[in-house]
Amino acid sequence: MTGPEMATDGYWERLPLLARDGASGLFPTPWREAVSGLISIAAILAVFGLVFAFLTLAERKILGRTQNRPGPNRTGPGGLLQPFADAIKMLTKEDIIPRTADRVLHFLAPVVLVAFSLIAFAVIPFGRRLLPVDLDSGVLYFFAAGAGTELAVFMAGWGSRNKYSLLGAMRALAQLISYELPLLLAFVPVIMASGTLSTRGIVAAQGGWTDGLIPRWHVFTPWGFAGFILFMVAALAESNRSPFDLPEAESELIAGHLTEYSGFKYALFFMAEYFGMCALSGMAVTLFLGGWQAPCAFLEVVPSYVWFALKLLGLLLGFIWIRATLPRLRIDQLTRLAWKFLVPLALINLGSAGWAGPLQPLRWAVALALVALPFLLIGRKLTAGIGPRIYRYAAP
Amino acid sequence: MLGTGLLHGLKVTAKNLVGSFHDPARYVTTEYPEVKAPQPENARSFPFLVSESAADPMGTMRCVACQICEKECPPQCIYIEKSKDKKPGPDGRMQLYPAVFDIDISVCMSCQICVEVCPFDAIRMDQIFEIATTERFSALLFDREKLAKPNAYYHQLHPTEAAEVDARRQAAEAKTRAKAAKPASVQPPTAPGAKAQNPPGNAP
Repeated sequence: MTGPEMATDGYWERLPLLARDGASGLFPTPWREAVSGLISIAAILAVFGLVFAFLTLAERKILGRTQNRPGPNRTGPGGLLQPFADAIKMLTKEDIIPRTADRVLHFLAPVVLVAFSLIAFAVIPFGRRLLPVDLDSGVLYFFAAGAGTELAVFMAGWGSRNKYSLLGAMRALAQLISYELPLLLAFVPVIMASGTLSTRGIVAAQGGWTDGLIPRWHVFTPWGFAGFILFMVAALAESNRSPFDLPEAESELIAGHLTEYSGFKYALFFMAEYFGMCALSGMAVTLFLGGWQAPCAFLEVVPSYVWFALKLLGLLLGFIWIRATLPRLRIDQLTRLAWKFLVPLALINLGSAGWAGPLQPLRWAVALALVALPFLLIGRKLTAGIGPRIYRYAAP
Repeated sequence: MLGTGLLHGLKVTAKNLVGSFHDPARYVTTEYPEVKAPQPENARSFPFLVSESAADPMGTMRCVACQICEKECPPQCIYIEKSKDKKPGPDGRMQLYPAVFDIDISVCMSCQICVEVCPFDAIRMDQIFEIATTERFSALLFDREKLAKPNAYYHQLHPTEAAEVDARRQAAEAKTRAKAAKPASVQPPTAPGAKAQNPPGNAP
């Protein structure tokens, strides 16, 4: 990624690449490509490892604040060292494998899960020049890697030889397969609009500003807005986050597929959950929020990876906010939401995409009619006879 | 409309998130070891022995070693040995005192029956709860030195109850002193025959 185009970038924009090339330059020429690849992997591991660590802390702090309590604040200044205390605790805990468990599957499940969650990062453009692997069908690769996590979850449930684990894993499969469909359908309009499956191409298609003011991000188009919301709902379910955390529903299933895991393997599952969350949020940023593009022209002096990080953090905080608010769905409500609500809406949303006419207000109106009306109609039909619930004894 | 409930819920949590930063009154918790939540007046944990003065707890203990609490205690965690000699009580009369008064805190179930049965208001319920220890036998067997606490402490824990007890005791004390001061030949104001009659409730 050297050449004349790089000279136009600022120093901070080039810094990560300069550091990588400087480090791989120490090695003999035939090794350089492998070494720079390894450096990219190490950087992703280090950055997202730290993001994982501090995201758990942020989550606990924010959950605490939303419940009017301070959250963890004992370890280090303001509780900043809490993730490291947690890591030490997890590492020193006894690793118990049930006698009847399938030892190979039981061991492999967390490893496979983390591996599949991590390889998804390979195609996310973190900055203008920071794309680990530039695949022509990067989006396809991303969701294929994401589908591998389903296998790992079922391995964990099956290998544990525990009824709660198996029930949790079966729920996880039902949920993950159900939500793959709305997840994929939600971003098809993006592929149609940008005409490429490459993540670099999709971000490049969102560059520039309409009237020099509104960024050409997909989220600011009618179909993109609806698609973004559908995508985020499906992403919540795909990463097993509340309110779709049925596979590990503590109150019903002990801990679902995590029941028989302890110590570091247990921590690995959580690591995979947060990696998956980060990867899906990163893909949402890439597909809908303009990737590393700055929101205004004069803000382009800020390095592109900072914009990516800010957008990613915003989405992750949204995940935490939703977790702090919404209660868990029942399994039938969950699958009904996917098949009867999200999938039809995502299909209708396909119809409203690909309109590149000049009449913006008309375009919004048509899109509104195409998405909002079915939203209302399907929602009415699905909730008929269910709500609103009248509480006779509780205060309103 | 469908979905407005979700938005309303998100608004509530966002308000809490922002509000808890600038309004400490929203907090529902306290930072425990540094700040202790005030206990309600009727909170109780384990019994303690009431003594009149903090300066001489052993000398002014109300307990007369009658052993009623020892007999009534359901888990039998109280052990009392009577004294051989007598000492003057608060009303001036000579009384026994407990030479040994042990309560096994690890056995006590905080039922308060000892408090209910004590005719001398000598045993009351404490509110201590930080009694964790590394020595599980001797450190959890509270002797009379450890159990004796002044009346002022009792007032601090249960102000209403302690005020009632004090009023009753003072009245009874005044009565005893008056009785002791008057000559024995003077008749009480009510006729002795009236006491022998049935109480009015039993009359047909």
